[in-house]
Amino acid sequence: MAKDCTTCVETQEKQEKLHKVIAEHKGTRGALIPVLHEAQEIYGYLPMEVQLEIANGLDVPLAEVYGVVSFYTRFSINPKGKYLVNVCMGTACYVKGAGLILEKLKEALDLDVDECSEDGKFSLEACRCIGACGLAPVMTINEDVYGRLVPEDVVGIIEKYKNL
Amino acid sequence: MNNINITIDGIKTAVPAGYTILQAAKELGIYIPTLCYLKDINEIGACRICVVEVKGAKALAAACMFPVSEGMEILTHSPKVMAARRATLELILSNHPANCQICDRSTNCELQAVTKKLGVREIRFEGESIHADIDEGISIVRDNNKCILCRRCIAVCKNIQTVGVIDAVNRGFNTTIASPFEMPLGETPCVNCGQCIVACPTGALRERSHTDDVWAAIADPDKYVVVQPAPAVRAGLGEEFGYPIGTPVTGKMATALKRLGFDRVFDTDTAADLTIMEEGTELLNRIQNGGTLPLITSCSPGWIKFCEHNYPEMLVNLSSCKSPHEMFGAVIKSYFAEKEGIDPAKIVTVSVMPCTAKKFEAQRPELGKDGHADVDYVITTREFAQMVKDAGIDFRSLEDSDFDNPFGNASGAGVIFGATGGVMEAALRTVADILNGNSGTDIDFEAVRGVDDIKIVEVEAGGMKIRAAVAHGLGNARKLIEKVKSGEEELHFIEIMACPGGCVTGGGQPVQPASVTNWIDLRAERAKAIYSEDKNAPIRKSHENPAITNLYKDYFDEPGSHKAHDLLHTHYVARGKYQ
Amino acid sequence: MYKTIADIHAIREAKKADLMIRVDENAAPSAEGGRMHVLVCAGTGCVSSSSVKIIEKLTDMVHKNKLEDEVKIVKTGCFGLCAEGPIMMIYPDHVMYTRVEISDVDEIFNTHIIGGQAVKRLLAGDSEKKDAHNALGSLEFFSKQLRIALRNCGGINPECIDEYIAKDGYLALEKALTEMTPAGVIDVVKASEIRGRGGAGFPTGLKWSFAAPQVSDQKYVACNADEGDPGAFMDRSVLEGDPHSIIEAMALAGYAIGANQGYVYVRAEYPIAVQRLGIAIEQAKEYGLLGKNILGTGFDFDLDIRLGAGAFVCGEETALITSVEGRRGEPKPRPPFPAVKGLFGKPTVLNNVETLANIPVILLKGADWFKSMGTEKSRGTKVFAVGGKINNVGLVEIPMGTTLREIIYDIGGGIPGGKAFKAAQTGGPSGGCIPASHLDTPIDYDSLMAIGSMMGSGGLIVMDEENCMVDIAKFFLEFTVDESCGKCPPCRIGTKRMLELLERITQGKASPTAIEDLEELAKSIKASSLCALGQTAPNPVLSTLKYFRDEYVAHIDEKRCPAGVCKDLLEFSILEDKCIGCSACARKCPVNAISGEIKSPYTIDTAACIKCGVCMDTCKFGAIIKK
Ligand SMILES: Cc1cc2nc3c(=O)[nH]c(=O)nc-3n(C[C@H](O)[C@H](O)[C@H](O)COP(=O)(O)O)c2cc1C
Ligand code: SF4
Ligand code: SF4
Ligand code: SF4
Ligand code: SF4
Ligand code: SF4
Ligand code: SF4
Ligand code: SF4
Ligand code: SF4
Ligand code: FES
Ligand code: FES
Ligand code: FES
Repeated sequence: MAKDCTTCVETQEKQEKLHKVIAEHKGTRGALIPVLHEAQEIYGYLPMEVQLEIANGLDVPLAEVYGVVSFYTRFSINPKGKYLVNVCMGTACYVKGAGLILEKLKEALDLDVDECSEDGKFSLEACRCIGACGLAPVMTINEDVYGRLVPEDVVGIIEKYKNL
Repeated sequence: MNNINITIDGIKTAVPAGYTILQAAKELGIYIPTLCYLKDINEIGACRICVVEVKGAKALAAACMFPVSEGMEILTHSPKVMAARRATLELILSNHPANCQICDRSTNCELQAVTKKLGVREIRFEGESIHADIDEGISIVRDNNKCILCRRCIAVCKNIQTVGVIDAVNRGFNTTIASPFEMPLGETPCVNCGQCIVACPTGALRERSHTDDVWAAIADPDKYVVVQPAPAVRAGLGEEFGYPIGTPVTGKMATALKRLGFDRVFDTDTAADLTIMEEGTELLNRIQNGGTLPLITSCSPGWIKFCEHNYPEMLVNLSSCKSPHEMFGAVIKSYFAEKEGIDPAKIVTVSVMPCTAKKFEAQRPELGKDGHADVDYVITTREFAQMVKDAGIDFRSLEDSDFDNPFGNASGAGVIFGATGGVMEAALRTVADILNGNSGTDIDFEAVRGVDDIKIVEVEAGGMKIRAAVAHGLGNARKLIEKVKSGEEELHFIEIMACPGGCVTGGGQPVQPASVTNWIDLRAERAKAIYSEDKNAPIRKSHENPAITNLYKDYFDEPGSHKAHDLLHTHYVARGKYQ
Repeated sequence: MYKTIADIHAIREAKKADLMIRVDENAAPSAEGGRMHVLVCAGTGCVSSSSVKIIEKLTDMVHKNKLEDEVKIVKTGCFGLCAEGPIMMIYPDHVMYTRVEISDVDEIFNTHIIGGQAVKRLLAGDSEKKDAHNALGSLEFFSKQLRIALRNCGGINPECIDEYIAKDGYLALEKALTEMTPAGVIDVVKASEIRGRGGAGFPTGLKWSFAAPQVSDQKYVACNADEGDPGAFMDRSVLEGDPHSIIEAMALAGYAIGANQGYVYVRAEYPIAVQRLGIAIEQAKEYGLLGKNILGTGFDFDLDIRLGAGAFVCGEETALITSVEGRRGEPKPRPPFPAVKGLFGKPTVLNNVETLANIPVILLKGADWFKSMGTEKSRGTKVFAVGGKINNVGLVEIPMGTTLREIIYDIGGGIPGGKAFKAAQTGGPSGGCIPASHLDTPIDYDSLMAIGSMMGSGGLIVMDEENCMVDIAKFFLEFTVDESCGKCPPCRIGTKRMLELLERITQGKASPTAIEDLEELAKSIKASSLCALGQTAPNPVLSTLKYFRDEYVAHIDEKRCPAGVCKDLLEFSILEDKCIGCSACARKCPVNAISGEIKSPYTIDTAACIKCGVCMDTCKFGAIIKK
C-alpha cells in the first residue's frame, strides 16, 4: 500500500509542476512547444492525459497538440527505458562507421531502433548529430557521451549499465 | 485600384494588385489545375499541382499563392510545367489506391478530374503505399488510403468550425490526417457537421451510408415507411442531376420519393412550421417570465453537440425544442400512427437531410419514445440522389408532384429554415405577428439573410424590442457566444447553424469541386433557391399554416402544452472534451 | 544596476589588463588577473571527453594550494580541435595540451603550473616536432586559419560578460546606438557585402534593408541556431564559446530594422549552448545591454530562447518561424517573405549564428576591412566543420577562396591510414560530393554551386576509398525522407521513391533504367517542391551520379559494390591457400555459416552468411575476403 502512496504523491507532484508550467506560459505566444519540452522533462514522455491537460490549459485543440508532438522527434508518447542509448547517425559519424556501432548495439541489447526493452531498462535510438562530431562515431547513454567508438567497445559499455 | 501589367502565356493583361497568378489566369480563361487551394479557407500551397513558370524565378511557383507583380511573365503550360505537374500527380497516384470504379466520389473527384485533365496515362513511379484502417463512425467515414493530404478538411474543421478534432500527424511519408492518438472520430468532440466531407477533393471522407437500411425497410411488407426531406435538400439535389446551382427541384423530388416506394412522402418544412410555434412560444415565455436569455435555436445538431462539448454552461440557453425532423418523427409515430391506425412499431421514419450530424442526432437515446426512435434513418441529399440512380429513375424527366397530406403543405417560413437566418426570420414573422396582434406587415427580414458572419437585428413589435443575432459556421458561433458571455452583446434570441451558410451548404449536400466554389459563393447561390420558394409560397408564416393549426386543434392543444413537451421537446447532455 | 557607457568602458579597461597575459607573453600580470591562466575547453566535444572533471580537479588543486589569486582556471568554448580534446591552453606560456586526461592533471599542476616546465608528452601537434611555444601560431591547423567569427572561441570564458567586453564586446552596439542611424548600420552591413552563412548566401544588408522600411507595430529579429546539418557544429561552437557576440549582433539588427524583440532558435540537442546563451542573456540584462533603454540611449531590445525539438526542416526560415509560433514546423510558400510577413505575421529578419557573429566586428572595423578578405563575390571568411576521414577533425575558419585541397591536406592533415581521398561533401543533405578532380576549386558560394555542390552552412565531410558513393547518396536520401515535413507531394513521396530506387540499387535489384528514373524524379522534385529542403534533396544523388556514375553502374549492371560497403552485394569467402584451418572464424560466426575440419581449409555457406564481417576481423591469416 505504501508503495501506491508514493506513486500517488509523485503523480500529484508532477501534476502540480505541469500546472505551474502551463500557468507560466499561458498567454505567451507560441507557448505550446516550450510547454511540451517542460512536460516531457517532468514525465519523461507525453501521454494522452498530459497532452490533454496542455491542450485545455493553453486553449489549443488536442489534435493540434498531438500533431505537433508527432512532428518533432524529440517528443515521445511512449515511456523511454531507464537508459536511453542514442547512436549518432549524423554524417560525420556515419562515414566513420556509426552504422556498425548501431548494428552492434542492436545485437547487444536485442532491440531494434525506437524500441524499449521489456524490463524498461534500455531504449535504443538513432539521432542526428549532437555536435560532438570531432569524436565521431559517438553514442550517448543518458547524459554520458562515448566517442571515438569502435564496434568492439559496445558490449563492454552496455554491460556496465546492465549491472547498474 | 491600381492595376498590374503582366503577361500570361504571351497574352498581355492588367489585373488588380493583390491578385494571385491563379486569379489572373482565370480571368483570361486559362485553366490551372488545383488540389489543395480553397479560397479563404486553405491557402497553403501544399499540393504543387498548380505550379507555373515565372520568368526569372529559380523554382516553379504555386499559382494559387503567388501574387502578381509588375511586368511578370508567366507560362502556365510550358513543357517544364507540364512535366512537373505530371510527375507530381504520378507521385500522388503512386500512393493512392486505383479503384475509382468503387469509390464514392468517382466522377466527382478532384483528383480523378485533374488526372483526366492532365492526360496522365501511366504511373512511372512505384513503391510503398499507405495502408490505413478505415474509421467508420455514426456519421463520418474516414478512409485515409484515399487522402492526398491537401489539408482542406483540417482547415475547415480547425479554422472555420473551430472544432479542430483532426490534424496532420507524423511527418514526411508517414504524414496522415488523424484525430488525437488516432482515436475513432466518434470518440472526439467532432460534431459530425460533415464540412470536412464537402471540403475534401477525394473519396477520403464520406458519410456513413444508410441507403441499404432504407432499401430494406421499403422492401419489407411489414413496414410502413414514411419519408421527409429537409428544406435545403430541394435547393441542392438538382446539382446531382445536372441542374445549375440554385435550381429548386421540389416537385421532382416529391415524385422521386414516391417512385422509390415510400409509403408516405411528407415535408420537413411542415415540421419547421411546428418548430416555430414551439420555439416562438418558448421565446415569448422566457422574455415575459424572466427565463434564461438569450434563447438559442436548437435545430442544428452540429451546433448542439458543439455546445455540449464547448459551452456546457450555455445548455440552459438552448431551446428545448427538438429539431424539426425529430419533432416530425415523433408526430408520425404518435398522432399520425393513431390517426391512421398503424402500430408505431411498424412505422419506419426516414429523413432526407442536407446533414451528416442528423445521423448522429437520430440515435440519441433521448430522441424517441417507448424504445422507438423518433427518426429511424437519416440519409443525406447525396445518398438520396444515389438511391434515385440505383432505382434507375431518370430524375430530369420526372413530373412535379405534391407531398402527401396531412403534412404536405408548409409555409414559406418553413422553407427558409434551409439557409442561414431562415429560422430567425421565420420566428420573427410569427413572434412579431403575435406581439402585434396578428397584424404583422413586414414579412421580409432582409437583415438576417445573407452570408455575413454574424448578423444582428433589432425588431420592435407590440411595444417590445427584440434583439436577435444570427451566426452560421461554428467559428462564428463561438465568436458570438463569447460576446454574449462577456456581456458585450445583450440579446434575446440567437440562431446558430453549424454549417457556414446554413443547411443549404450542409455536410450532406452535393459536393461541388473547388474549381466551382473558389469562384462563386455556393452559400448564396443555393440560398436563392430557398428564398424563391418562399417568395412564391401562398402562405409565408408558420402560424398561418392550416396543417399546423389543425395539429394543435386535434392533438397538442397549444404550443408548449404538456403533450407538446412530451413529444416535441428534449434535453441536452454536457459532454467534456475527450473525457 | 544598469551600467552606463562609462561603466562599461571602465570594465573593459580593467579586464583588458587582466587578460593581457593571453595576448602578450611578456605582459605584466595584473593584480586581479593573476600570473597564469589555464584555459580548459568546455565545449561539447571536450565535455564529452571529460573536460569538466579536469576543470574540477584543477580548480580543487589550485584551491588546496591557495593559488586562487595567482592561477586562474578558465572554462572556455571550443578551440576547434575537438578530436584531440580535451584541450588545455596555458598562458602566458602559450602552451597547448591535447587529449588531456584526469590522470594527467597532477603532472600538469606540478610540472607546469608550479614548476613552469611544459609537459612534453601532452603537447599539441605532430609528435615529431613538438614545440612548446605558441601553439596557436605554430600548429598548421591554426596557422592557415583566419578567425573572425570564431575570434573569441577558446579565448575567453563564455560565461563571463566582462571577458567579452574586454575583447571590445558591445563596443559596436555602443557605437551604433550613439553615433549611427539605423540606416547607417544597414549601409555598413550592405557595404561589407557579407552574405548569409546559413546556406543560401543571401546578402545580409539587403535582407535588413527589406525589413527596415516595413511599417508595423512590432518587428522581430530571429537567430537561426538550429544547425541541422548533421556533422556540422560551427554554430554550436560560437554559441558555446562566444554567446555575447550573438546577443550584440541581434541587438544591432534590432536597432537597424526597428525591432525590439528577438528569438534565438536553438536545437535542443545542444544543451551546453542553450545554457551558456541563457547565462549570457541574463548577464546582458543585468548590465542593461538588453532590455529597456539600452545604455541609456532609449533603445529597447529583448531576447528569448526557443528550443527546437528535433526537426531538420525547422532550419528553413518559414518553418523556423512556424515552429517558434508553436506549430508543426512546416514551411510556407514565399512571398510573402519574412521581412514583410514573418513571425506572428510581423516583419522579421532571420540570420544564421555565424552571419551574426561577424556583424559586430564589421561595424567596428568597417566594411572595407571585411571586404579585403575573401573573394569578390564571397567576402570574409567561412567556418567549416571538417569531419569524416581526415586527420585533424574539427572547426576551421578560412578566408573565402581557400581551396579544398588546402583545407583537407594543409589544415586537415590529410586522410588517415594512408588511404586515398575519394570525395568531400559540403552543404549537408542539400549539397553534393566533390571528387578529387575538383580539389583545387576555391571555396566560395558560386564556385561550389558551379560544381554541383553548395556552401551550405559549413559541414565538410571527407570520404576515402572505403566509402561507397551510392551508399552515401542513400544515406542522405534516408535523411531527407526522415526529415521531410510531408507537406508537399514532390518531396514527401518523391524523395521516398528516390530512396526506394537507391535501396534497390544497393541490393542489386534495380532495373536497368534506375539511373534515368532517379534523374527524372530528381528533376521534378527540384522543380516542384515547396521549400528548399525538397528543392535540394536530390543534390547528393545528382552529384554522385555526375562524378561517380561508374559506381552506380557497377551496382546495377554487375551487382557489385566496388567499395565493399553494400552488404547485399558482398560475398565473404575463404581463400583455400591461405586458410590454415584454425577454426577461429567458425567459432565466432553468429550464424554458424562456417564449417570445415581442423587443419584443412574452411568454407563459408554463403546462403547462411549474414555478412556481419566478424570472421574477416577474426582471421589472423588474411584468409577471408569480401567482394
Ligand atoms: C532545409 C533547410 C535547413 C536549413 N537549416 C539551416 C540551419 O540549420 N541553420 C541556418 O542558419 N540556416 C539554415 N537554413 C537556411 C535558412 O533557411 C536561412 O536561409 C538562413 O538561416 C538565413 O540566415 P543567413 O542569411 O544569415 O544565412 C536551412 C534551409 C533549409 C531549406
Ligand atoms: S478518390 Fe478519386 S481518384 Fe481516388 S479512387 Fe476515389 S475517385 Fe478515384
Ligand atoms: S475507366 Fe478504364 S479502368 Fe476504369 S473501369 Fe473503365 S475500363 Fe476499367
Ligand atoms: S465532421 Fe465537422 S467537426 Fe467532425 S471532423 Fe469533420 S469538420 Fe470537424
Ligand atoms: S481527407 Fe480529404 S480533405 Fe482531408 S487532407 Fe485528405 S484529401 Fe484533403
Ligand atoms: S447547419 Fe444544417 S446541415 Fe449543418 S449541422 Fe446544422 S442542421 Fe445539419
Ligand atoms: S519540400 Fe519537403 S520539407 Fe519542404 S515543404 Fe515540401 S515536404 Fe515539406
Ligand atoms: S560474415 Fe558473419 S555471418 Fe558471414 S560467415 Fe562471416 S561471421 Fe559468419
Ligand atoms: S580464421 Fe582464417 S585461418 Fe582460421 S579457419 Fe578461419 S579462415 Fe581459416
Ligand atoms: S555527426 Fe555524430 S556527433 Fe555530429
Ligand atoms: S499548391 Fe496551389 S493548389 Fe495546391
Ligand atoms: S569542444 Fe573542445 S576543442 Fe571543440
